[in-house]
Amino acid sequence: MAATTAEFEPKIIAFVCNWCTYAGADLAGTSRLKYPANIRAIRLTCTGRIEPMFLLKAFQEGADAVLVSGCHPGDCHYTSGNYHARRRWTIFRKLLEFSGIDPRRVLFSWVSAAEGRKWSELIDEITAQVRELGPFTSFERIVKA
Amino acid sequence: MARIGVFVCWCGENIGRTVDCPKVAAEAAEFPGVVHSVDYKYMCSDPGQGLVKEAIREKKLTGVVVAACSPRMHESTFRRACAEAGLNPFLCEMANIREHCSWVHEDRGEATAKAVQLVRVMVEKVKRNEALFPIKVPVTKRALVIGGGIAGIQAALDIANGGKKVVLVEKEPSIGGHMAQLSETFPTLDCSQCILTPRMVEAATHPNITLHTYAEVESVSGFIGNFDVKIRLKARSVDIKKCTGCGLCAQKCPQKKIPSEFDEGLGMRTAIYTPFAQAVPNKPVIDRAHCTKFLNGKCGICQKICPVGAVDYTQEDTFIEEKVGAIVVATGYRLYDFRNGEKDYGIEGYGEYGYGQYKDVIDGLQFERLASASGPTGGEILRPSDGKPPEKVVFIKCVGSRDCAKGLSYCSKICCMYIAKHAMLYKHKVHHGTAYVFYMDIRAGGKSYDEFVRRAIEEDGAVYIRGRVSRIYKRGGKLVVVGADTLLGGTGGGRVEIEADLVVLATAMRPQYGIEALAQKLSISYDEYGFLSEAHPKLRPVETNTAGIFLAGACQGAKDIPEAVGQASGAAAKVLGLFSGDELEREPIVAHVNQSQCVGCFYCEQVCPYHAIEREEKRDKAGNLIARVAKVNAGLCQGCGACVATCRSNSIDLDGFSAEQVFSQIGGLK
Repeated sequence: MAATTAEFEPKIIAFVCNWCTYAGADLAGTSRLKYPANIRAIRLTCTGRIEPMFLLKAFQEGADAVLVSGCHPGDCHYTSGNYHARRRWTIFRKLLEFSGIDPRRVLFSWVSAAEGRKWSELIDEITAQVRELGPFTSFERIVKA
Repeated sequence: MARIGVFVCWCGENIGRTVDCPKVAAEAAEFPGVVHSVDYKYMCSDPGQGLVKEAIREKKLTGVVVAACSPRMHESTFRRACAEAGLNPFLCEMANIREHCSWVHEDRGEATAKAVQLVRVMVEKVKRNEALFPIKVPVTKRALVIGGGIAGIQAALDIANGGKKVVLVEKEPSIGGHMAQLSETFPTLDCSQCILTPRMVEAATHPNITLHTYAEVESVSGFIGNFDVKIRLKARSVDIKKCTGCGLCAQKCPQKKIPSEFDEGLGMRTAIYTPFAQAVPNKPVIDRAHCTKFLNGKCGICQKICPVGAVDYTQEDTFIEEKVGAIVVATGYRLYDFRNGEKDYGIEGYGEYGYGQYKDVIDGLQFERLASASGPTGGEILRPSDGKPPEKVVFIKCVGSRDCAKGLSYCSKICCMYIAKHAMLYKHKVHHGTAYVFYMDIRAGGKSYDEFVRRAIEEDGAVYIRGRVSRIYKRGGKLVVVGADTLLGGTGGGRVEIEADLVVLATAMRPQYGIEALAQKLSISYDEYGFLSEAHPKLRPVETNTAGIFLAGACQGAKDIPEAVGQASGAAAKVLGLFSGDELEREPIVAHVNQSQCVGCFYCEQVCPYHAIEREEKRDKAGNLIARVAKVNAGLCQGCGACVATCRSNSIDLDGFSAEQVFSQIGGLK
């Protein structure tokens, strides 16, 4: 990401569950909704499967932001995975903030299988937001140090 | 050494238009471990699958990445192809370059670059995939059908006649649904009750069907072949085992002025009631919200009069648990509320049609009750306000439907037909009257449907006016309907004014109230209008995305009786197919514990929603206990991975989504 801020294209890695958000993103596709190509979604069984280390690894590999998205509260295919994810994310986000990582780079959302539009709008929104924030360089500094 | 094959699909133009597929294939060929990389127009076709199989055999591939549509679409197709060529199906992965790429991005360069990355991610993953083998689980050969309308009845009967047990749950006191309310049915004008009620009786008496009316599904857990369902049997206040259905209680009940739901508020019922004379079961319930006994403790007449002592005011809701292998959802529809609007959807009612303040502005189901021999007028068409036969009736189509500004953008599909039927029935009963129909289009696609509409116009003289009604207001005893005839030109822009006696609104079909809550219980999805989503709009119209749960009837989208029945039989066929074997093969995506590393904290046990974590004792040769460690019961594990992320000692991993796989995927995004 050596690009200047003017033409900066952020890299956003999303960790999504198979049942709600991945299907919602599929629906955005089937509905031919357009959104920026900056997002890369990695499909997992459930947001409850997402380890904090995945997010760190994403930053380490040059992500400018990470997104965790799953089923709405009460809708988890596995009953409660999204609640575990939310708790874990809340704590982890605080920890990242403490370590000096801008919490605006760690995003969380609920997108159901029916919410193709919400997914495309979310990607529009967060891409613009992260573009504004500029490239994420502090991790590179940590890694190099 | 990994020998990975990459197969990039054009999906005709769907991917090829936005993504440079040959370039993706060429770049993928350079990825470490890739020994074969090709692109093809239709990879899912027979020759396309042939390419995959041939390459597996000739290049001795150890893994396959198909860059095409969503894995939810064709993962099973390609995994099957791999298996046929001798490669373990779980060594095949999909890179979603259609739904997640070509369909949502416009810039060819960006989309192609993203597609290359998505392929690399999956190549990195598949290199770390391991051969997995399906887990066999037993199937409970009983089905649950939710909803006892015509679709639910049909599905239940078809499954029962196929020799399998069915539990049929209906929330109302009787099965029959909306079809029981209809007068006659298009396009043959046969009496709805005459064709439905025998089916109702058959469903209630079938040895393979257990019927629970006045009951609702409380919770559902489990998975295909093994669902656990909790059903709430609402307190009827009547012991249906004792009750003979003599009807004495309803005759003597002093509360006689409760608007009947069955008659759509046009008739009255008592507080202890059966919804209609042909109800199945023909056993009453007490409507506690209106019963004097429940309101102020006085009365109690029904209990005194009941010759068998069936009335029981102390009854409470009870719960039963059923184990089933498959579920058919057939909860049907309701009509758009033009009086109050659809508040949940932020839609106002139809103020210009009076928000329901005019008694003689009614909806389609109310007209059905007026025209029905079992209705409050005995089948005579009389105005609700004064009980006189209306001389002029105006029918307005698309109220709520096809109206993005005021309501819902979809077409409710049945209204064109039932309005033509209403116009006919009205003319058959009030010979000198005139029926006017305001329409936007006439949509009469269906066997003998267009002929039917023509008959209404040509033989029964219904006056069809193409245009919308802007306003209805009262003048004297009449309702003035102001609209436009867009086929009339000239000054005034085709303005029409009709002094009507009765106005019938063809209001939109909506899914039942509470459908979202039910969908959440079942873990199935619904669309923006609340209609339940099928697994594929064309090729899997009766399945949902949750295995073992099927759809029938108007809960999935607006449809008429033959379509609902057809879909119900389709769902029943799916259920019977599922029940044809003793065991099901389940995806082997399960968690594993590295017991030598497990510290026995059992946090995994706390987060597991399926109670799949077991405690195992480790002993030395002398039999001394050295450790208690976790173990996953693969039969119960559903593979969510909550335990994996929770494990403090990194001792659990998930097949198919291992930490190593995910880390390598993230690495692939470099």
